[in-house]
Amino acid sequence: MTSPHERSHYESWDQQRGAEIIAEHSLQEGATLVILHALQEAFGHVPEPAIPMIAAALNLSRAEVYGVFTFYHDFRKKPAGRHVLKLCRAEACQAAGGDALAARAERKLGIAIGNTTADERVTFEPIYCLGLCATAPSAMLDGRLVGRLDEQRLDALVAEAQR
Amino acid sequence: MKMRIFIPGDAAAIAVGADEVVAALEQAAQRRGLPIQIIRNGSRGLCWLEPMVEVATVKGRVAYGPVAPPDVPSLFEAMASNGPHPLRLGLADEMPWLKRQSRLTFARCGIVDPRSVEDYCAHGGYKGLGRALSLSSAEIIAEVVASGLRGRGGAGFPTGIKWKTVADASADRKFIVCNADEGDSGTFADRMILEGDPFVVIEGMTIAGIAVGASKGYIYVRSEYPHAVVAINAAIQAARSAGLLGLRIAGSAHSFDLELRVGAGAYVCGEETSLLESLEGRRGLVRAKPPLPAHKGLFGKPTVINNVLSFAAIPFILDNGAKAYADFGMGRSRGTMPIQLAGNIRYGGLFETAFGLTLGELVDDIGGGTFTGRPVRAVQVGGPLGAYFPRALFDTRFDYEAFAARDGLIGHGGIVVFDDTVDMAKQARFAFEFCAVESCGKCTPCRIGSTRGAETIDKIRAGERVAENLAVVEDLCNTMKFGSLCALGGFTPYPVMSALKNFREDFGPAPTRLEAAE
Repeated sequence: MTSPHERSHYESWDQQRGAEIIAEHSLQEGATLVILHALQEAFGHVPEPAIPMIAAALNLSRAEVYGVFTFYHDFRKKPAGRHVLKLCRAEACQAAGGDALAARAERKLGIAIGNTTADERVTFEPIYCLGLCATAPSAMLDGRLVGRLDEQRLDALVAEAQR
Repeated sequence: MKMRIFIPGDAAAIAVGADEVVAALEQAAQRRGLPIQIIRNGSRGLCWLEPMVEVATVKGRVAYGPVAPPDVPSLFEAMASNGPHPLRLGLADEMPWLKRQSRLTFARCGIVDPRSVEDYCAHGGYKGLGRALSLSSAEIIAEVVASGLRGRGGAGFPTGIKWKTVADASADRKFIVCNADEGDSGTFADRMILEGDPFVVIEGMTIAGIAVGASKGYIYVRSEYPHAVVAINAAIQAARSAGLLGLRIAGSAHSFDLELRVGAGAYVCGEETSLLESLEGRRGLVRAKPPLPAHKGLFGKPTVINNVLSFAAIPFILDNGAKAYADFGMGRSRGTMPIQLAGNIRYGGLFETAFGLTLGELVDDIGGGTFTGRPVRAVQVGGPLGAYFPRALFDTRFDYEAFAARDGLIGHGGIVVFDDTVDMAKQARFAFEFCAVESCGKCTPCRIGSTRGAETIDKIRAGERVAENLAVVEDLCNTMKFGSLCALGGFTPYPVMSALKNFREDFGPAPTRLEAAE
């Protein structure tokens, strides 16, 4: 989980590999989230063909698995951009100037938060609390945490994401 | 003799450059040809001083901070010679901000190596379990009841009573579940203890397992805490290797093992029944109560589900006795609370203290006001579902009942400070908006009410029929408060109504209408 979540690190979907991952975890009690996490860790998203495979392995309906998949903010239907920049938008970061930083990042990236740039380099997402509330505002770039953000540090972070 | 240097591996320290400081120190040591040993401790919780570096001396650990990589060459010389340095803070144990605290739960956090069972034991760890193993189930529970410990997740339900209910239930399997889904903004105590002293949580859960007759426990931690995930997994492995988890723990007849599960970005899963659904592999839909989790919890079995801080308080209580814990605090709030000072605050961090300090003491005196230097205008206590307090209420004592009496809650102990640039109508809108995004969707007041609330606040902010729309918001809040299934919909009215009541000037003209409606 601490490794940088860069797109280039992910495998492309392979049914055999997907089946292996599902089989590895399917004996755990209540394994659905565990499997979805493992698939996303491998492929960078949860590929659609995996849903019926999970359902079959866990003796659930497709609808149930799809329901779980879509309930949680973390799981992706398609791969994110090459870099993922998450900016905390919760109260402690708001109090420390987070709103202005979010607007600034949106301007620099040319997209609204919650989107991916047209060149697919940067996915810019809100996150509701990284637990760094006394060193706010904070962000996470591909799994790396950055606190005490100001305009300068944010600009550097955005530039790094755009590379 | 190797110089022993402590640099926190805590996420907050890493976020402000602790890893870079480690690299710079290693380089400096190599250049000087001086051998050093670097220990990645947890954070002591003085977040404005992070990365705070400590070096062991004969007199104790000397602290320096906040350290940036360019400071390291001169810092290294100062540490090697025990000489002066602009960043020198003196002996860590003598720092006033730490000395004013009563650290029972966080006694070891920032001091020990969080990956070492030996270090944990050398600092009094596992003595609580040792005593628990010499007691009967009923005696352990009596101790927890007598301590007066109440659920530190926010609900404040007596922990011992919950344990007794599970102990009294008969079933083929029972479970211990640790709620580490610390989603409230302004709170980070769970993260800090899991990263800085994970064994205290494991020990507390183990004692719970013995007390109620459960042999399996789960820690459900949020995915936003990747460093905590690593720390817990390492600690579980270490405890197993030491014979402190698994079959016949510590040579006793009891077996107890733990599994870590990671959430997936759903705030509502911090609600206990939603968390259980998620652990079972389902959508995090809140369950109606009854049945209580203590009767029918995880996989339909009797389950103790407690917050990280509740479990982390247990080893002290068992080791030192219920009275030693209950001697702290006021009224029905016994013991200590790890309070988290956050947001726009000068001295932010974790301050563990007995219940009873006033909000003003915490914010102005201990927290030092805002870091922007502007006046404090509002503080939100207890996370996104907590009320906004103005300065006029700063005499409120930090205590479950005192906050409830003023239409607030202490929740998980987070205090977020805002200066006078805050727009309280915007904050009220955010509370609705957050509830709309995070609602599990099961009950109507929360699912629909949150969206309608955000829309109505937009109208008020646009100056559209302000008085009527303020009445709509108030009515909506009442429906949500009394009609929602869980605290997400039920408590969203706290930030909204407190903003309206205490900061009405931010909601446009016609402020008299609400008073007329009351």
